[in-house]
Amino acid sequence: MTNAPVSNLVTATGLEPALEPAGSSRAEDRKARKAAKAKKKSLEKGPKRKITWDIVWAQRALLAMAVPLLLYQVLFKYVPVYGWAIAFQNYKPGRGGIFNQQWVGFDNFEKLFTGVNGERFRQVIINTLGQSVLTLIVGTFGAIILALLLNEVKNLGFKRVLQNITYMPHFLSWVIVASLAAVALSLPSSGGFINQFLLAVGLVDEPVMFLTEPNYFWGIVAGTSLWKELGWNTILYLAAITAIDPALYEAAEVDGAGRYRKMWNITLPGIMPTIVVLLIINSGWILSTNFELPYFLGNGLISERAETIDVFVLRYGYQLGNYSLAVVAGIFKTIVAIILVGSANQAAKRMNQETLV
Amino acid sequence: MSTTPVGAPIAQPDVLPPSKPVATMVGKPLRRRKPPREKVRRKKRTTEQIIFTTANTTFLLVLAAVTLYPLLNTLAISLNDGMDAVRGGIGIWPRVFSLKNYEVVLNMDTIYKAFFMSVLKTVVVVATNLFFTSMLAYALSRSEFIFRRPITLIFVLTMYFDAGLIPNYLLIRDLGMLNSFHAYWVPVIISAFNLIVLRTYMKSIPEEVIESAKIDGAGHFRVWWQIVMPLCKPALAVIGLFVAVGSWNAWLDTLLYNSGEQWLSTLQYELQKLLASSMNAGQNSANMANNAASVSAGGQLTTPIALRSAITMVAAVPILCVYPFLQKHFVSGLMIGSVKG
Repeated sequence: MTNAPVSNLVTATGLEPALEPAGSSRAEDRKARKAAKAKKKSLEKGPKRKITWDIVWAQRALLAMAVPLLLYQVLFKYVPVYGWAIAFQNYKPGRGGIFNQQWVGFDNFEKLFTGVNGERFRQVIINTLGQSVLTLIVGTFGAIILALLLNEVKNLGFKRVLQNITYMPHFLSWVIVASLAAVALSLPSSGGFINQFLLAVGLVDEPVMFLTEPNYFWGIVAGTSLWKELGWNTILYLAAITAIDPALYEAAEVDGAGRYRKMWNITLPGIMPTIVVLLIINSGWILSTNFELPYFLGNGLISERAETIDVFVLRYGYQLGNYSLAVVAGIFKTIVAIILVGSANQAAKRMNQETLV
Repeated sequence: MSTTPVGAPIAQPDVLPPSKPVATMVGKPLRRRKPPREKVRRKKRTTEQIIFTTANTTFLLVLAAVTLYPLLNTLAISLNDGMDAVRGGIGIWPRVFSLKNYEVVLNMDTIYKAFFMSVLKTVVVVATNLFFTSMLAYALSRSEFIFRRPITLIFVLTMYFDAGLIPNYLLIRDLGMLNSFHAYWVPVIISAFNLIVLRTYMKSIPEEVIESAKIDGAGHFRVWWQIVMPLCKPALAVIGLFVAVGSWNAWLDTLLYNSGEQWLSTLQYELQKLLASSMNAGQNSANMANNAASVSAGGQLTTPIALRSAITMVAAVPILCVYPFLQKHFVSGLMIGSVKG
């Protein structure tokens, strides 16, 4: 269990940048590509071979490389599912292993989804969705705009330096980022430079209590994530922009298109497939939001807006010993995530893009 | 990214052009791009364009400043006298320069040891992860391997399936790895995503190289270690960086598995504890009192905010020193991974 770098995995997964030159008939294009794909597939697969002991023996070296690691992966990724049994038990750590526990059927599910807990958990789900949707929208828009602007920089040295600077926060840990955010958002007297700036410019008359006002919290999460991942998220868009056929720009220039015209009518449509695929993929991860920001920055005053599923599992489940409810919440999250990733995958497939699974 | 065309394959092995260039997956070769466009632009450079360039440059510079400011601010506070820092108002330059905070940090036994535990953990994780991931990637890249499809699928699915925090914790507990160094590296020796990246990269190595090695009598292990691994250096470098960053930045593994043993504590975990305690000590206004309280270690005095800044810098700097050197590989690292199995 690492501090799963989900966000960077997500940005990094599954897309092909804009390939087809816009303008050719889409439908024809699609058909041709499908045919090519099918052909490629059949070539890759080759004639179906029968698995015989001879072949297995001949490939013993490859098997020796792969099988132990396969067993390892099954042990560490699939076997833990036995822990789901806890969801159906009244789990008390003191009673020993999961075989000595009292079975209670679906009681825990009922407890989590109804009554007082139900209200809290509903709010937790809303917070998770709110924070991640806002983060996703702000992050996507920001990255596209930055990629477009970076693309207009003609001085390669300057561009490179800018890229290096904007990539930098991606490599900081979320603990550090949360710590920086805590300082930045505090009162001016504690070094809160955002407040200092707002006061100096005259946008506000008195310091804003960022971290004690529940309604700001989703915005704080989205803004902090934007700061951390903005530069990193431009990588794939910039790559997609580079893949656009330069002839299109020349043609547009001949037709008298200005800079904005070209951005709007060539670059943006050119990277649209990338944008759509990334959005679809990321929406599959909508319940796996960032964990550290709500965990560290969410205090008692604002927990109604701050608490997300992961925080709930760690705080309420692990640290307070409510294992059973935490596992129910975890199962809920995993199942919804699988459904979302599955449908995102289907959607991507329908759009004729590389898929994930 | 600016010197090599974006979307070109990871700097390919020098000697052997791959039979199946990676670039085909990414898009068309992009080399013919700039010259004609540049010429046209030069000719009709208008005021409007000058305004745009200025505005764009200004905006990007502001963005760079916004990106850098929080870290520079922390650096300034960490280099400032602790008592003075509590007064606030430090920008990007220390007001009362002092190296005392770093002295205190180095004299704090916990931080000092946590730093070395972080280093050790990162080194072990990177080494084992690259070793096992590349070994499996090699096996899965061999087209003659009969089980390569089902095995790949089982690994790919783990990118999306997670049993959850508590079930994972129970597994580690039941394996007897709680409060041991093994809990750091054993659960993470393979990452499915990196596996796919490496496998795809290995597939682009020409078959003839491997065939000829085999004719010379090399077995699969030898081919993997002596032929394929050296050819994969660029990919291994990027993956190594990603794994190192992940391991260095992780703190939840310490909290969940190893918080019972002080000697297993890591830098990020210690930082996390400081952050959590300062957040709990009260929000904003109440913070003043907390900040003013002095921390003493090794007979030296400083304040929590200055101390936290110094530890933040110690935790951030090692990674920040490395990533710029691998920048040009990022794109290709991300791109290759985007093609599924």
